[in-house]
Amino acid sequence: MDFSYSISGGDFTHAGEASSHLKKILKSLNLDAALIRRTVVALYEAEVNIVAHAWNGKVKVDIQPGEIRIQVKDSGPGIRDIGLAMQKGYSTASLTVREMGFGAGMGLSNIQENSDTLEIHSEPGVGTELLMVNKIN
Amino acid sequence: MTIKEILKATGGEICCGEPRQQDQVFRAFCSDLMSDVLTLGCSDILLITGLANLQAIRTAEMADISYILLVRDKNVTEEMITVAKENNMVLLRCKSSMFKVAGELFRYGLEPVY
Repeated sequence: MDFSYSISGGDFTHAGEASSHLKKILKSLNLDAALIRRTVVALYEAEVNIVAHAWNGKVKVDIQPGEIRIQVKDSGPGIRDIGLAMQKGYSTASLTVREMGFGAGMGLSNIQENSDTLEIHSEPGVGTELLMVNKIN
Repeated sequence: MTIKEILKATGGEICCGEPRQQDQVFRAFCSDLMSDVLTLGCSDILLITGLANLQAIRTAEMADISYILLVRDKNVTEEMITVAKENNMVLLRCKSSMFKVAGELFRYGLEPVY
């Protein structure tokens, strides 16, 4: 089962709609509640990252019998130093993003903690791609 | 505490979720930072926040939190109520500060998440 979502940079009104839709699908599949929560929390943080930092992005979800694979790819400024960006508290977020309740430098680390595996590729000036995988036991 | 008791203790009002006023809540967490809320890993707590926007409701949805109390006399938008209703949440608001609300509810026996 696979599906995709488009995310617009700066659009906080619709941030979280992809995660909300995915949550409904995962619940309909009767998956473990903790697995659902971890998966949608990781995707929600990734959605907010696109809205907060990028110009636009695409989310592709692929649900297989043994795992949930989520690819999040954006066009945006990219991340110059991924190691630094992974550190809790490091943030380049604007005041607007902070006023929305985010931007405290916890997004990427939250994504990592809620994914069984996480791959990050980024090219400054081009964009960032995340691949998050959670196993279904 | 029940939702009804929380309303009485905080002088608050209910924005949606009226049928769930007898629901019992045992633990609460205060934050205006939604990423902190997303780290909790526990469900069905009371989220006490001054962040009155759609992202507070979305955050609660992702974190499996059914009860939200908005402090500091914040306005609740129709959009927030719509999403809260879609997720069968109880959304409350009150005029008091977060510190006062936390103190009052702690005194009545509501436990912290940590």
